[in-house]
Amino acid sequence: MRSIPFLLLSLVVGAAAFAGAMQLGNDYIFFAGYVVLQYIVLSTAWNILGGYCGYVNFGTAGFFALGAYSTVAIYQLIEANEFPHLVPLPVLILIGGAISGVVGFGMGYLTLRLRGAFFAIATLALAVVLETLVVNWDFVGGSRGAYIIRPETIGPFGSYVKYLALLMLLLAVAALNVARLIERSRLGYGFATIRDDELAAEAAGVPTLRLKLIATTISGALMGMAGAPFPYYIGYLQPDSTFGLDYAVNSIAMPLIGGTTSWVGPLIGAILLGSLQQIITVTISSAVNLLIVGGLLVFFVVVAPNGILGLVHKYLQRKPDDFVGRRRTDLETPAAAAAPDAAPGTPP
Amino acid sequence: MSDLLEVDNLGKRFGGFVALENIALSVRAGERLGLIGPNGSGKSTLVNCICGTLRNEQGSVRFDGRVIDGLPAHARTRLGLARSFQLPRPFVSLNLMDNVRIPLLYTVAARGAHHAAAAVDDHCHRLLREVGLEAKARHLPRDLTQVEMRKLELARAMAAEPKLLIADEAMAGLTHSEIEDILTLLVRLNEQGVTVILIEHIMRAVMSFSRRLVVLVSGRKIADGNPEEVMRDPEVERAYLGQ
Repeated sequence: MRSIPFLLLSLVVGAAAFAGAMQLGNDYIFFAGYVVLQYIVLSTAWNILGGYCGYVNFGTAGFFALGAYSTVAIYQLIEANEFPHLVPLPVLILIGGAISGVVGFGMGYLTLRLRGAFFAIATLALAVVLETLVVNWDFVGGSRGAYIIRPETIGPFGSYVKYLALLMLLLAVAALNVARLIERSRLGYGFATIRDDELAAEAAGVPTLRLKLIATTISGALMGMAGAPFPYYIGYLQPDSTFGLDYAVNSIAMPLIGGTTSWVGPLIGAILLGSLQQIITVTISSAVNLLIVGGLLVFFVVVAPNGILGLVHKYLQRKPDDFVGRRRTDLETPAAAAAPDAAPGTPP
Repeated sequence: MSDLLEVDNLGKRFGGFVALENIALSVRAGERLGLIGPNGSGKSTLVNCICGTLRNEQGSVRFDGRVIDGLPAHARTRLGLARSFQLPRPFVSLNLMDNVRIPLLYTVAARGAHHAAAAVDDHCHRLLREVGLEAKARHLPRDLTQVEMRKLELARAMAAEPKLLIADEAMAGLTHSEIEDILTLLVRLNEQGVTVILIEHIMRAVMSFSRRLVVLVSGRKIADGNPEEVMRDPEVERAYLGQ
């Protein structure tokens, strides 16, 4: 499907979901839905860097909190004084996105030469540094946290949480469209080569450094956008929970469970895991959440390392003609095995 | 004909180890050059310095009339300097079509020629057909045999529409008939106007392909000229057979 029909379709699906939720006449569905939608944005953003490029980012919470605290800072700067809620939320989201995008670019620039575990540790360190800064910055509440007094109602929506859920829904639609657009463009192919082999990518003409910077910037910006409305949702923003491990772990676990190679993976993972967590929070306890994530992650790593999408692919590929193809390859294998695998090495 | 590639006084060290020293080499457009040398003589290091994978500390490289020192590898590929790797490095998560699509998208398209998606598809098919891999266009690289992997490596290098192709041991570990396959490919490419530098241990292949032969020993160039004459050179004999 081309991009514009997909955009329209995703908007229609989003509108239908929203209208359906309105019919239930219960604000809780928006309250819980907001969190699931927020995780769709976060895991889609994570997947642009982690899934497409193969760079595991442990600093999701840092970018998320950056968005949230940019909102708090602006609130303190102008709103808390005379003009409550002068800056509309969509603008705050854009500002949060811009700030975390810039930090994402900076992180990419500083960690260009790191790969694998080293890159992951560097991103984790970034989140810790940001948290330390926020804790020591009184203007945004420091370690005490900050209150945002949100209006009870807004315009045609009635309750404010409906408005928040709608914004997050639009953000999720936007994030999915961006991810899908990347996937089908030259950029997406370039990202895949970075994941596979950076040296070969350079030799094929792919400017790997520039592409990595683009990925860290887009990914960071989307995470910040997901965080910007959070103070309005939660009412009381506190560094410990805003920089919480949940965000980092969930935004990694969701794409891994869904499948990292396509935009569908994070969507499936976020809906499954996000809803499951919401249900467990209500029925059992919120403390069980991380345990569930850990258990599912272990399960998927063992049973379906390529996530749900990988399982589906595997199932679809069990077609008869492919079976013939595989047997033919088997026949060819002895010839390949006869030739020594490694060329006589030429050390530098 | 003018020189396409000019390596001037090039030097590269790894810590205290001198990998390359005062290498001077010029390659004319359309040439078929063989580059040989014992293991560890610096052949691959030279390729890496020419292609931008490694930075040379000393000397300079000119390509197509411009100094390319300091240019990153992808920029050199865009200028028309392509290479294949000694050990094939396919993009493992992409099928063969997409493997050759990457250089098309990032070099040919980046040079300004606008390609419609269908035209790019056709081009990918044509490249795979040239190396005899069209039947596996939708397969992943893990389904390939060794020789097919080498062919994919060459197809990917060719997809960048290079002026100069450096084939780094494209034939190591292959059988006689497979070597013939690859040689035919390289000769055909050369006839289409691509300058080829062949790095190889298999002397039969080198001697039948090269019109000129360069010998590296311990990071130094010890011979350069007509292949037969070079092979008779006492210094080359000493390097290869011992005294």
